[in-house]
Amino acid sequence: MTIIHSVHRQYVHVRIKGDLDLKTAEPLRDSLDQLIDRYGDKDLVLDLEDVPFIDSSGLGVVLGRYRRLTQQNRSLRLEGVRPSVKVVLELAGIDSIISIGESPEGRPTTPQPQA
Amino acid sequence: MLNRVQLRFLSLADNVGLARIAVAQLAGQARFTLSDIEEIKVAVSEAVSNAVIHGYQGRADGWIQVDVTLDEAGIEILVEDWGVGIADIQKAREPGHSADPERMGLGFVFMESFMHGLEVESALGEGTRVHMRRFVTWSGELSRDVQ
Repeated sequence: MTIIHSVHRQYVHVRIKGDLDLKTAEPLRDSLDQLIDRYGDKDLVLDLEDVPFIDSSGLGVVLGRYRRLTQQNRSLRLEGVRPSVKVVLELAGIDSIISIGESPEGRPTTPQPQA
Repeated sequence: MLNRVQLRFLSLADNVGLARIAVAQLAGQARFTLSDIEEIKVAVSEAVSNAVIHGYQGRADGWIQVDVTLDEAGIEILVEDWGVGIADIQKAREPGHSADPERMGLGFVFMESFMHGLEVESALGEGTRVHMRRFVTWSGELSRDVQ
């Protein structure tokens, strides 16, 4: 798993690449906690476009960071969520508490204007 | 029977991904859809993670065995460890049952939801056997045909 972050005016954007499971949960948690502490006034956006798989170990990290941020009146948003990951988020009920944006492959296609 | 594979590996977090990828490859030999296989992967990941975290409590020298049988009807997966065992299986299967706030206690919920049958046998000090089955269904094929 690799993560790349970029700092914006109101949020830190974190692009995660790789499966989120028992193996990657701890390094991911440590990296995100460092970013949450370092940029103490910003929200967090997790870009999951390159995350093909998540299980309850990965979800625990996401939910734990959501709890930390909301306690500080900050927010967490997920974007680029693939259909395979979205199924797991929905089953856990995470989609009802955390804002989720889908990946391009999961979005309905926009009708093209006719010539 | 179409195929059968047994995997035996040490209780390391690194092996969780190995187990689910091996089972996914095998499931690909039957008529499962891609989304079926994604869900089977989650169930395997949860069962093997449970063995690493709870069965061996982080010890890296325990053995985990995954026995997968594939036939025309679907896939049968047995995940076995020889760790500490589960004191109260009913309680362990309840959603949110986890002592660690970073863990969601959803492992068995995911296994139950994504598979078509789950049996858990465990004896304290002897280990745990998680038996899961998923049948091939045709709904995905039909809906694609309709489209």
